[in-house]
Amino acid sequence: MSEFDLIIVGAGPAGMSAAATAAQGGLNVLLLDEQPQAGGQIYRNVGVNRSSRNWLGKDYASGRRFVDALDHANITTQFGATVWRLENGPRLVWSQNGVSTVSAAPHVLLAGGAQERPVPFPGWTLPGVMTAGSAQILMKTSGMLPKDAVLAGSGPLLYLIAAQMIDAGCPPKALVETQTTRMLFGAMLHLPRALFSAPTLVKGLSLIRKIQAAGVRRFKGAAQFEAQAEDNGAISFSFTHKGRRETLSTNLLLTHQGVIPSTHMSRSAGIAHVWNEAQVAFQPVAGVWGNTNVAGLHVAGESAGIGGAETAAASGELAALNILYQIGRISADARTQRAATARGALFRSRAIRPFLDAAYAPPPEILSPADETIVCRCEEVTASDIRQGISEGVSGHRQIKTSLRTGMGPCQGRMCDATVRGILSANTLQDPNMIPAPRARTPIKPVTLGELAAMAPKQKETA
Amino acid sequence: MNIASRFQTPPEDGEPVQFTFDGELVTAPIGTSLAAALLSHSGDASRETATGAGRSAFCMMGVCFDCLVEVDGTPNTQACMTLVRDGMVVKRQIGLRGLTGGNDV
Repeated sequence: MSEFDLIIVGAGPAGMSAAATAAQGGLNVLLLDEQPQAGGQIYRNVGVNRSSRNWLGKDYASGRRFVDALDHANITTQFGATVWRLENGPRLVWSQNGVSTVSAAPHVLLAGGAQERPVPFPGWTLPGVMTAGSAQILMKTSGMLPKDAVLAGSGPLLYLIAAQMIDAGCPPKALVETQTTRMLFGAMLHLPRALFSAPTLVKGLSLIRKIQAAGVRRFKGAAQFEAQAEDNGAISFSFTHKGRRETLSTNLLLTHQGVIPSTHMSRSAGIAHVWNEAQVAFQPVAGVWGNTNVAGLHVAGESAGIGGAETAAASGELAALNILYQIGRISADARTQRAATARGALFRSRAIRPFLDAAYAPPPEILSPADETIVCRCEEVTASDIRQGISEGVSGHRQIKTSLRTGMGPCQGRMCDATVRGILSANTLQDPNMIPAPRARTPIKPVTLGELAAMAPKQKETA
Repeated sequence: MNIASRFQTPPEDGEPVQFTFDGELVTAPIGTSLAAALLSHSGDASRETATGAGRSAFCMMGVCFDCLVEVDGTPNTQACMTLVRDGMVVKRQIGLRGLTGGNDV
């Protein structure tokens, strides 16, 4: 018998709200997260930043309620805990301080969140080029502020980070945005529906107003990014804007093109995945309750599809209610009744997504970058290497991986899978929707041989 | 190269922790990730790839593995997933790892 009824992987808004709902319903919950504290990336360190770093804003501070709700007798939390295997049962193996532990429970909820979409262009591997999200993490965890940074790419998070930098007293030097006026017009089609998310729209507009009021230069419709290292280590960032080549010198170039679901865990567990064309990413196939094709495995939050923090919290609650129902703690009617609030929140928070997905879609040159661009950062494989491989007949993720080593480094494809797929779909005749998701295998995060060996059952000495 | 940090680090009230990075003494408040401490210390690369290209922390959330350094003799340690400890001995990783730790010779 397992001591837990439910194991939740990921302590972001989805995992935290699921843990609270399940625990209040009487379930014993084990909540695992890789980071040292609860919060996920969006509410990172929110439990610690109680009276400081107010420039992170009200929405960030509101995440404290989720962290506070984890203080429940039925919830066991383990931080610095990295899951590296998920198997039928369900059972999972997780590593903490170099020691691995096997845990089993009748239900496992995957709420591992999202990662930033890789933004490959020539020079994106240089020191001094980082993701915009990484700078925000440094602001949240260490109060470190980017010096004279240039923000480049597109998406709502870019505006949020710019506004937080302005409020913290270190405004960005410039915003170089890839979305075009035509994309915005195209997105207008989805605007009526987005009105159901009115507070989010209003917040977005206020962020843009703040950036304009601060006098930050904005280059809209920019393309053909390239970064070069200057002698003093600064980054020379050039791009095309209104037909002209512009160059900005900066200490720190922060890029962003939205976020994509983290699916290594769900893919390795045999959960079916589908290509989400609007979001240009794979996501697990799941029902309204986060149920999947694998018995006992459920998904919630960003790792199930991008929707933002409110969507994540609501989907976590729905998954927990369904698990309470499956275990027999509540009736089907109670599940439906108690789900009403979360379902409303889910509908309202998701209503703006089609608009955002269309207005801030990643440009084709980021999905399938210029020849000289490094695609696989670990193994230093360029876009040209991959195109050469395709012209010689390799097709699909697996053949590209075995012939060129893309995805064989320590990140296991997290930084190149999206681009390999982009190049495949741009350079082959096959229907892009028919390119299957790459395989993910145990261990989904690197683990040392010593740690594996230490898990072997102790053998009795024989005389 | 010796490049100044690309970040402005506030004076923190946290208990200071001291460790060495390639022999140089670095101070950071307790609870700081090693990657944040290194980025605050310098804007220089914290590792070199097999082809000799400089890299430093990129995603800060355990995804990209570009912040790999050697910590107390253990290579391929993710600096962004490791908190600073007093007396930690941190080294830049140059090139590929050997099976026994340290650089392949």
